[in-house]
Amino acid sequence: MRPDTTQPELFDRLAGIGRDHAAGPGEPKLLYDRHGVLVVRIGEIVVKAHQPDRAETDGSLERRVRIAQDLPELFLAPLAPPLHVAGRTVTVTPYGEPARPDALPWVESARLLARLHRSPVPDGAPPLGRPERVARQVSRLPGGPAADVVRRAFATLPPAAEFPHPGRLLHGDWHMGQMVRNGDGWRFIDIEDLGRGDPVWDLARPAALFTAGVLHPDDWADFLTAYRAAGGPAVPAFGTPWTVLDVPARTLVIQIAATCVISARDADRPLDPAEQAVIDTCGRISRAGDPA
Amino acid sequence: MHCPKCRGVMRTYTRNGVHIEQCDNCRGIFLDYGELEALSRLEAQHAPGWAAPAPPPPAAPVQVHHHHGAPVHHHRPHHGGMFHMLFST
Ligand SMILES: [Zn+2]
Repeated sequence: MRPDTTQPELFDRLAGIGRDHAAGPGEPKLLYDRHGVLVVRIGEIVVKAHQPDRAETDGSLERRVRIAQDLPELFLAPLAPPLHVAGRTVTVTPYGEPARPDALPWVESARLLARLHRSPVPDGAPPLGRPERVARQVSRLPGGPAADVVRRAFATLPPAAEFPHPGRLLHGDWHMGQMVRNGDGWRFIDIEDLGRGDPVWDLARPAALFTAGVLHPDDWADFLTAYRAAGGPAVPAFGTPWTVLDVPARTLVIQIAATCVISARDADRPLDPAEQAVIDTCGRISRAGDPA
Repeated sequence: MHCPKCRGVMRTYTRNGVHIEQCDNCRGIFLDYGELEALSRLEAQHAPGWAAPAPPPPAAPVQVHHHHGAPVHHHRPHHGGMFHMLFST
């Protein structure tokens, strides 16, 4: 039986690919169906159709797959080079158990990020600039007071040229949804933004949620302390981490706030308290950025 | 002095009266872990000026659920908007 999906034909194609890899029949399960991305699980296999507008023609996804395959202690990597199915890019990956919201692996995540950032940068690692998502989300903001607060905070960010590149290997889109457990330990999934750049961006989301008062200070301290203890190079080993975290954390506060405003508008619902806290942080960012 | 792991050059730092030795090469740190952790936790909780006001430190033994009248209560498990912030792009 096919679950309710916006892309039924693609679902069937992915299920077929999954059955081939799983070497047997199995009920296909819909794991994700948003923004054009479709993810189907069959037994211990996950088949993902990537976002249609991110179809890469320069071979960078192939290179990312190879890098992840060469780091099996860090990544649950696609099993083979990307496929091209019905005009879509498709990857096949073993299934991993996602992190549970009531037992988030902050310490394990921090250690894994530190190991990734300390790994030698492989030849051909795609260069990553300043994350572009924030500008994209801000440009999609509707009208209204909450959106205005976010736009004002965005105006305080320094221009992209001021972002230096120490040139380390980084995940590029790290959040708790990228952590899965497969047999012997935690691994990263989702290699679409894997590349070479400033590893501090992998710490930006938890830093942002800590500054917004959404992430508990103990969780943040567990995460950052474990990262530093594991020799993570993105922040200085001693002294305040905020000299390097300030801009990435601000950037992610603004990006998350914009995403919340857009998603509340799309669903025609009010902001919840955590979302409001992130918008309020944008307000403080603008006030701190105003010339005195 | 050289790093016992990789023979790199060790550098000595002093933080809050604690001597810390770190290898320039492998970044290995040689220090009682309890002291390092205490230092790092202290530094982690300093936040930039624009950050949300921190909740006051817990009075008694640390509990899992904190309700200090901070602007946002830190609920565990996570749900709603908070879940999306933690788990999606
Ligand atoms: Zn060493």
